[in-house]
Amino acid sequence: MANQMQAAKEAAVEAGAGPVAAQQHADAHAGHPTAATYVKIGIFLTVITIAEVWAYYIPELVAAKGVFITLLLVMSAVKFVTVVALYMHLKYDHRIFRAFFIGPFIVAAGTMMGLMFLFGKLAIRLGILN
Amino acid sequence: MAGAASTTVDQITSANQADTHTQGHYTTTGLDNRKIAIWAFIGSECMLFTSLISTYLIYKGRSLVGPYPHEPWTDPATKKVFPAILDIPVTSASTFVLLMSSLAMVLAHNAVVNADKPRTSIWQSSKLWLGLTAFLGAVFLCFQAYEFTSFVHEGLTIRTNLFGSSFFTLTGFHGAHVTAGVLWLLALLAIDFKRGLRPSDALAVDLSALYWHFVDVVWIVIFTLVYLIQ
Repeated sequence: MANQMQAAKEAAVEAGAGPVAAQQHADAHAGHPTAATYVKIGIFLTVITIAEVWAYYIPELVAAKGVFITLLLVMSAVKFVTVVALYMHLKYDHRIFRAFFIGPFIVAAGTMMGLMFLFGKLAIRLGILN
Repeated sequence: MAGAASTTVDQITSANQADTHTQGHYTTTGLDNRKIAIWAFIGSECMLFTSLISTYLIYKGRSLVGPYPHEPWTDPATKKVFPAILDIPVTSASTFVLLMSSLAMVLAHNAVVNADKPRTSIWQSSKLWLGLTAFLGAVFLCFQAYEFTSFVHEGLTIRTNLFGSSFFTLTGFHGAHVTAGVLWLLALLAIDFKRGLRPSDALAVDLSALYWHFVDVVWIVIFTLVYLIQ
């Protein structure tokens, strides 16, 4: 009877309705980076932050508005993706979690673009607002 | 045959219930409901902060009176000159502190996952990293309190102009989230001191870590859009 139950439980796990949280969570961590890799990622994030602040103090770069803003946005995006993918483990986690984050993120980004077109600088440039 | 199958299903159900009473409930996806909930929460928070950041960007440069974030302003009535109000060196330091807290958090989680392995150094202690994360979060809040206080002393309050309203609302909301995160971390630290966090607690630490990293990610965006882009 015990064997029968174990087999059924394993089948249930295979079917995707599994129990045993600790074991599953431990298994989920099998491919995650090591502590040393996390430290390297931390150093990488620090270097990008220093580069961002450095760029802020270069008058010629700030004067070239388009280049400066693009550069800052790219560096910020790299930091954002690094933290979300590696520190938040989204790269290694189930794709449902990715959907839970990326879905609302796309909605949010679309909303921001929409609002900027309606009320922001883009609207001013297009002559919609004064 | 049908009776035996029914008995087996009952036994699985009761075994699952025994598991879930201590370890959370599983959904039909096979994923823990708490982790799904935290990601759904983070998704909704993503939209909240986007609306606040959008509001800031829309109002940017539309204040009729100063002080302004990046340029000096002279009050026409008193002829008093207000310097650009944002203090980039201080905010850069607080950004670095929050980034390092994220590193400490991920190391805390790593320490809890490996808690059953023999410890060879203090650097594998979850108490150390959890405590450090909470401490760095508190330091970030001190930086924010200093910044808010200095802004008020320099004449910028939430009612002064559009910049003040949108800036204090955005960064205030973020600060409230950091405060909640610090309290969550202190609760985990208290549990760690009381009975020790084990690999079976890794998911609980993971949930707080996801929240903490999200707070960090939001600050990455705020730092660039609010402080650095002029």
